[in-house]
Amino acid sequence: MKLHHKLKTFNIGGVHPDDQKLSAGIAISPLPLPKVVTIPIIQHIGAPAKIIVQRGDMVKTGQIVAIHEGFVSSNIHTSVSGRIGVIEEVMDSSGFKHIAISIRIKGDEWEESIDQTDTLVEEINLEPKEIVSRIMEAGVVGMGGAAFPSHVKLSVPEGKHVDYLLINGVECEPYLTADHRLMLEKPKEIIVGIKILMKALGVTKAIIGIEDNKHNAVELFKELLKNETGITVEALEVQYPQGGEKQLIQALLNREVPSGGLPSDVGVIVHNVGTTFAIYEAVQKNKPLIERVVTVTGKSVKQPSNFLVRIGTPVIDLLIAAGGVPEDTGKIVGGGPMMGKAIADLDVPIAKGTSGILLIPKEESTRAEIYNCVHCGKCIEACPMGLEPYHLLILSKKGNSQRAKEEHILDCIECGSCSFVCPSNRPILDYIRLGKTQIRKPKKA
Amino acid sequence: MNPVIVYTVISLTAIGIVAAVVIYFVSKKFAVQEDDRIGKVEQVLPNTNCGGCGQPGCHAFATAVIAAGDLSSLHCPVGGNAVMKQVAEILGIKAVERDPYIAVVRCSGSFEQRKKTNIYDGTESCKIAAALYSGDTGCAYGCLGMADCVEVCDFEAMYMDEKTGLPVVIEDKCTACNACVKECPKGILELWPKGKKNQRVYIACLNEEKGSTARKECAVACSGCSKCFEACRYDAITMVNNLAHIDPEKCKLCMECVDTCDVHNIVTANVTPEKIQAANEQRLKREERARKKKEEEKLAAEAAKQISHETPPQA
Repeated sequence: MKLHHKLKTFNIGGVHPDDQKLSAGIAISPLPLPKVVTIPIIQHIGAPAKIIVQRGDMVKTGQIVAIHEGFVSSNIHTSVSGRIGVIEEVMDSSGFKHIAISIRIKGDEWEESIDQTDTLVEEINLEPKEIVSRIMEAGVVGMGGAAFPSHVKLSVPEGKHVDYLLINGVECEPYLTADHRLMLEKPKEIIVGIKILMKALGVTKAIIGIEDNKHNAVELFKELLKNETGITVEALEVQYPQGGEKQLIQALLNREVPSGGLPSDVGVIVHNVGTTFAIYEAVQKNKPLIERVVTVTGKSVKQPSNFLVRIGTPVIDLLIAAGGVPEDTGKIVGGGPMMGKAIADLDVPIAKGTSGILLIPKEESTRAEIYNCVHCGKCIEACPMGLEPYHLLILSKKGNSQRAKEEHILDCIECGSCSFVCPSNRPILDYIRLGKTQIRKPKKA
Repeated sequence: MNPVIVYTVISLTAIGIVAAVVIYFVSKKFAVQEDDRIGKVEQVLPNTNCGGCGQPGCHAFATAVIAAGDLSSLHCPVGGNAVMKQVAEILGIKAVERDPYIAVVRCSGSFEQRKKTNIYDGTESCKIAAALYSGDTGCAYGCLGMADCVEVCDFEAMYMDEKTGLPVVIEDKCTACNACVKECPKGILELWPKGKKNQRVYIACLNEEKGSTARKECAVACSGCSKCFEACRYDAITMVNNLAHIDPEKCKLCMECVDTCDVHNIVTANVTPEKIQAANEQRLKREERARKKKEEEKLAAEAAKQISHETPPQA
């Protein structure tokens, strides 16, 4: 009899949504170039980048078009070659209008300095500081969804000692398979990326955390890492939201990030596998972040796919490539079903943080009727941060931000587990988000 | 008589007397000194505790009034000048008259004028929708129509018009307590002076997009054409970010601007159509006069030019 080995996972809260990884077996295919791309100058957390091109300029693929302003910001590069069109406010995937540069595509001429070949470059020649500045130049941001500039994460504040690098290959959102496919198709590059990050941070230990529903990726990395020292791979029990930084740290190292603190407070830095691959390309191939893997999926989608997409491609192009929008579609979501956000306009461009496009059928997408809270406590049980979601909802609704802050509302990672389990279909997370913004931006008098 | 009853009565009476004495002295010693005028002022206040005055409630307002001893910075918008006069009488100080205000809705984007571009299926709350995205129509400045303002109104002075999807302020009930103004995430509600004879004029649009974009988003959006700005004789209209705004302090309610708006989005209250028409005719006449004057000047200048050409310079 095979000995049943209990897999690691985080121990507070968590839920088990149906994982629906429809596109897990479908290889990444490059999406044909669109006619026009729209590149927003804010695709990351932090200050918007400053535009350095003008209407009518000719640009080459990979050329910088907007420079980061301040440290917490990111460079923006053009993902195609062609002529700069209008620079105006357009709706982006956040649902708000932001300044974006539109580029009419002509050919596909790349910057000469970019290595476009597929050959694996293993030797790391740069010094740690040079690595960080190269990542900053390449405009790499966290590709798991939050789009936090990666160079900021790699600049550990003085006085903090980091001993572990965690690579997030959890992809706990149902439906999404972009990271899974990347791990299967570019494992060697990811390993080099990990080594780059280890060198930049000066750490000797790295763990790749992968949920067990991606068993083939776990096996693949185990095989490739046989002769490596310092890097290990760990299969994790499937549980949402394991891909949250704090949850992953707890699952793999059993360390708890203090309230209001950062992973570096407990000696850990976490990077997503997608980000790790982008860092490999930035450092070894001199290629800025101009394309990413995007999953297009849904129960009624003809061909659930994983596309390699240039940043700025309109969402509609991806939908057409995946066989069009099915008739029963009720909602089109940017991201996964748990944390994603419905897209209001199909012309919105793919941004650095867009990991998937999900088409939800009508019967599953409409909100159910809201009933009163029955104080069953299911949300408390589900909350991975140990909060009391039903209570935070009441406080936020009443605008009592002081009490909400005392109840650690700012620790909420907005995973949506509370709303997912609520038997009364209460919009708990909506109100918690509102409460968080009330604290951050005090209301006008 | 049963001695138990006697002892009980005596001992309880003794305890009662002792306790009464203790309570008497304690109440003297630790008495809360409160100005008795606070109670009097509170009595004349509306006691709705709406917070419109900026204080946490009517009692706090009464306390603040007595602490300040002066009414220049304190005003109960709900009670208005009548209540403030009573307050001043109680305190024996001079009352400060203030113009009454009312909340106005600065959006005209009804269902008809502003087509929906997507369907919102989230929580029925403007604040939540505003935090999520720019809205279910093209206009990112307009009313979201989920009635947060109606819900927050303590005076039942607002309702949602089912035909337009916009909130309506009931003039007689609005107390200008500012609650709806604070609640609206888009800043559509604004306190406006009630005006002479309750007449008001304001531009019901907040769209700052360029004219062509704004009109695509909403058929009655302010396109920033500046016609009203040019028509105003009192510099009461300003153009900022492609949007016209009437300054109620400067506006003389002449109503001459009303008909200049090609989408009729300069909204008036309690103004008869005759007055607007008369004002418009007056404006047209004035413009005609100005045009004629300009033409005459032009002709005169041309004539002067010709004369100077005809008479050769004296050698």
